[in-house]
Amino acid sequence: MKLHITGGHIIDPANGLDSVEDLYIAEGKVIQIGGSPDGFTPDSVIEAKNQVVCPGLVDLRAQCREPGQEYKATIASETYAAASAGITTLCNPPDTDPIVDSAAVAALIQRRAERIGMARIVPLGALTKTLNGTQLSEMSALKDAGCVGVSNDCYPVENNLIMRRALEYAATFDLTVFIRAQDHGLINNGCAHEGAVSTRLGLPGIPTAVETVAVATHLALIEQTGARAHFTLLSSERAAQMIARAQHDGLPVTADVCAHQLHLTDNDVLDFDSLCHVSPPLRNQRDRDGLRRWLAHGAITAICSDHQPHEMDAKLAPFSATATGISALETLLPLSLKMVDEGVLSLTAAISCLTCRPARILGIDAGTLSIGAQADICIFNPDEHWILNDETVQSHGHNTPFFNWEMKGRVTHTLYRGNVVYSLQNTTKQ
Amino acid sequence: MNKQNIQLDQDGGLRHFLTIEGLNRALLTDILDTAESFTSITEQTIKKVPLLRGKTIVNLFFEASTRTRTTFELAAKRLSADVLNIDASISAATKGETLLDTLNNLEAMHCDMFVIRHPNSGAAHFIAQHAAPHVSIINAGDGSHAHPTQAMLDMFTIRRHKGEFHNLCVAIVGDIMHSRVARSQIHALSTLGVKEIRAIAPRTLIPAEAETLGVHIYNDLREGLRDVDVVIMLRLQYERMRGASLPSEHEYYQLFGLTEDKLSLACPDVIIMHPGPINRGVEIESAVADGPRSVILQQVAHGTAVRMAIMSRAMRHKIVVAGGESS
Repeated sequence: MKLHITGGHIIDPANGLDSVEDLYIAEGKVIQIGGSPDGFTPDSVIEAKNQVVCPGLVDLRAQCREPGQEYKATIASETYAAASAGITTLCNPPDTDPIVDSAAVAALIQRRAERIGMARIVPLGALTKTLNGTQLSEMSALKDAGCVGVSNDCYPVENNLIMRRALEYAATFDLTVFIRAQDHGLINNGCAHEGAVSTRLGLPGIPTAVETVAVATHLALIEQTGARAHFTLLSSERAAQMIARAQHDGLPVTADVCAHQLHLTDNDVLDFDSLCHVSPPLRNQRDRDGLRRWLAHGAITAICSDHQPHEMDAKLAPFSATATGISALETLLPLSLKMVDEGVLSLTAAISCLTCRPARILGIDAGTLSIGAQADICIFNPDEHWILNDETVQSHGHNTPFFNWEMKGRVTHTLYRGNVVYSLQNTTKQ
Repeated sequence: MNKQNIQLDQDGGLRHFLTIEGLNRALLTDILDTAESFTSITEQTIKKVPLLRGKTIVNLFFEASTRTRTTFELAAKRLSADVLNIDASISAATKGETLLDTLNNLEAMHCDMFVIRHPNSGAAHFIAQHAAPHVSIINAGDGSHAHPTQAMLDMFTIRRHKGEFHNLCVAIVGDIMHSRVARSQIHALSTLGVKEIRAIAPRTLIPAEAETLGVHIYNDLREGLRDVDVVIMLRLQYERMRGASLPSEHEYYQLFGLTEDKLSLACPDVIIMHPGPINRGVEIESAVADGPRSVILQQVAHGTAVRMAIMSRAMRHKIVVAGGESS
């Protein structure tokens, strides 16, 4: 299959490309940007005038719910939703059922995605067996089975000795440890940011120290061990500042923030809106602004979706009794582009937070349009306005507070391995 | 603050009663005045008015309660409504039925009003958001969020003793962190325009950024009681206490227990209130609880009239009486 993408605004931050050019694809790879290769006869042409052509997005954190929770979503449903959102690589946390603590489960997830062929899923392996926090997982086997890192996700590691050993053991195999910074004792059944809003609503609070205490502890262990680590889902300005400081001191750490943390605050919880029940909690305006600042600064390296599709019943209960999480694949790009509109990031920087930077954190070949690279490509119209609603949403999870928001920036085509896996014109509701 | 206040109908009248927050002074005063007119009924030989005749009211309690449930039942009966009491803590909920399914089942039985107590903050809001349009929801306590009918009967008691609100200094003492009563009282007192509200407790029992609620915070009981007109004691809520909030009842009583001695710092005509149930010797000395300045039992007595007022107000649009509304 030979493809010719004409007249698009090509933005490839990894290669410093930012100009209107043609792009040529053959045998699933980018073969040229600019003039036509000799004797190139395309099977198909995509007219991309006034559109941005960039690498397919790499989402550092998206749950597809399979295996184990297929009533919420499946790899098929969510990779299609990802394709419709310009995402071609999804990093899946290890808390599936069964847990990704064996090579078999890691292989199963990748094979399913492979067979469906809409997007690639790269799994994170469990840091400890069954995520129990006490016994190290077989990290070498997990790496061989395709895991791009290890994480205990939101489950506690019993003590700092085990965390230290886990960091050292992961470093033995050059695996990045993904850290959800939470002090589990301090959470104390909290379900909303501890502050004026939680006080007003009588909701048990989650203080900022839940995050900063854990970041401080982990930074000390990283300094001790020299292991490479990635802090995922930062929620507070203070934690971002601590990570910036650690980077300045030369520690091998990166961090991400999920897109909704850059837009929502605890004020959005004020009428007990369970769609805004997330973990880590939405914090206050100062934290939101601080996260934006550290993102612009570069200490926060990437933006992820933290996609968590749920059946609607999971959100139909009093606030604290509802499941946490937002169905977020389809808002990842528009909410990141909003950072451009609001002057926080340049367009190139926003795209780099969604492509080459997360790919680098995962240590995978993705997120660039380099000649010879796999042709994973996102084409979007940066000026098109659209509404996320029952008609447009593709994910099985409709649990998003952004329903009926006007979004700017719409994906028109997604290419995965050189195949058009999504085209807005031919879209049908899955 | 709310995108739209779901408690009010299009004309600004009461539809649900979920929290004091967002209700204006006129509405609160109207409830107090209506309650005043109902107190005479409870003193008559026939203690009934036909305002809610033919209406069905369900008391749906997911948490234990004696005082609140009984006075709600009494209030409904005195308004001539049919009353159903459901102790949900031992019914369908324990068989795995969701809150919404319980609600839908009761709606299918054509009930007109639900009085709900639930351990989760926001439960009453949740139910109001999902209830059929003809159903009114009264919050009888949700988690640590609100207990607005209790706050209104406290306001009623204060007004009966003090007349006006604007010159008053009111102290709320104890476990403010976990208290839905305190939150509702604070909103009611500030809406009714008191001069000062003090929250008195050790720092472990004061919620984060509590001053944003409009209270002055004191960590010393003696200092906080100086020249106050009303003292509201709160019960230590053991069932909501998590983690290490207090070292012992003994130390708490030494520092924050209300005694005659400490009370001497308050205004001479101070009144002592407590939403009950009281823990004698933990937050309050028996001599104070049973003393001349205690109005604790009057609070209970006022509960019925105030709840009659709130129920009839929330059902106003459905009350058809010859010559219009009678309240």
